[in-house]
Amino acid sequence: MTEYHLHTPLSGADVEKLVAGDVVFLSGPLFTARDKAHALMRRAGSPVSLEGAALYHCGPLIQNERVLSAGPTTSGRMARYTDEILRRGVKAIIGKGGLPGEPFRGKAVYLAYPGGCGAAAAQQLRVLGVHLPELGMAESLWVFEAREFGPMIVAVDAHGKDLYQEVRRSAQRRELG
Amino acid sequence: MRELVVEATVRALQRAETSLPDWVLQRIEEAAALESYPLARHHLQFMLENVAIATAKGLPLCQDTGLAIFHVQLGRELILDFSLAEAVAEGVRIATREIPLRPNAVHPQTRQNSGDNTGPGMPDIILDYVDGRGLKLTAFPKGAGSENMSLIGMLNPADDPFDFIVKGVAERAANACPPLFLGIGLGGSFDLAARLAKRALLNMPGESREELQLLERINSLGIGPMGLGGDTTALGIKIEKAFCHTASLPVAINFQCWANRSATVVIQ
Repeated sequence: MTEYHLHTPLSGADVEKLVAGDVVFLSGPLFTARDKAHALMRRAGSPVSLEGAALYHCGPLIQNERVLSAGPTTSGRMARYTDEILRRGVKAIIGKGGLPGEPFRGKAVYLAYPGGCGAAAAQQLRVLGVHLPELGMAESLWVFEAREFGPMIVAVDAHGKDLYQEVRRSAQRRELG
Repeated sequence: MRELVVEATVRALQRAETSLPDWVLQRIEEAAALESYPLARHHLQFMLENVAIATAKGLPLCQDTGLAIFHVQLGRELILDFSLAEAVAEGVRIATREIPLRPNAVHPQTRQNSGDNTGPGMPDIILDYVDGRGLKLTAFPKGAGSENMSLIGMLNPADDPFDFIVKGVAERAANACPPLFLGIGLGGSFDLAARLAKRALLNMPGESREELQLLERINSLGIGPMGLGGDTTALGIKIEKAFCHTASLPVAINFQCWANRSATVVIQ
């Protein structure tokens, strides 16, 4: 388990060296998107550059451009978009609960931020801008400047290792046993 | 009296969103002390830090400030000459502006957001009558991450309901922000089982042998905090039961994340 402090945009080399179980702190711009923003991006393209980008599955609580609470949302709801978003250059997806690992192979990592920790996350983020504000606070595409955003766990790496799947399989074995 | 209910609603939400009940914090602290996986221990400690930041700064501890669910215990001798539902809704609208809360309530099809966390059927008030002239209001804001993982089974009476529960938790826990609190509704009918499961969360924690055995079985799965492995998968289980039809065995599991938020205000 190694600890990394990385900056966005992420390079192929950044992603390559990460192994499931490593701890990551991320600095630099990252953008949020959840259900509605993903659906819109599929139809109309992304309003932000996706090359080397970190996508944060998050519907933040924001008041007057100030981030009050901004922990991760359940990534599973956005699973249908993973392939497409990674093909467009996103190098890290941040969320909670995990995503199927196959699309990440050779391309990107999934980083787990501790769920429910919105107040702590807010201390590490500030608003740079907002796209698609018509979708409302939770569903808009927010661009944040992250400062040592973490701790995040590399839960799915680019080498085919998926911590969630390992834990789930082991739980199912124990449940049967 | 109406003003008191509005104000109690705002106060209860304020406390529920920015802190956790002492017994919940204590369970997390105890688990952190016993946890044998380092990563799991770090997660539990980070959760406690997050609550400390939220309480010190008056910030909602989770950005999912939840769906407005309340439990009201109403004294039988009390006469209300106003709509309780409307008074609580007004409190929710004020709390949404002032705390503030994220506007979460949307139309189920158009997904149009009301902007104030109220709408048809929201807030949802679970009402009980009790002795006396008081009114006790508990805010129980419910996040979607855990609520979405909840499930109900109309089992065959020959099935083992505990096998169903353990299997459901093994499959779904990671998405529900474990360590979990699990409200179980056993018996009744389709809808009663679900309501019993929600009520079980309000009556947490359970201490019966049956509840503690189920808790131990679930913790032996090794799912751990955030589903990344560990000894701590659940922190509390409560089972509420009702008689059911001789041909039925309804079982409902209402998932609650580690941030088991609630706060009660009493009006004498």
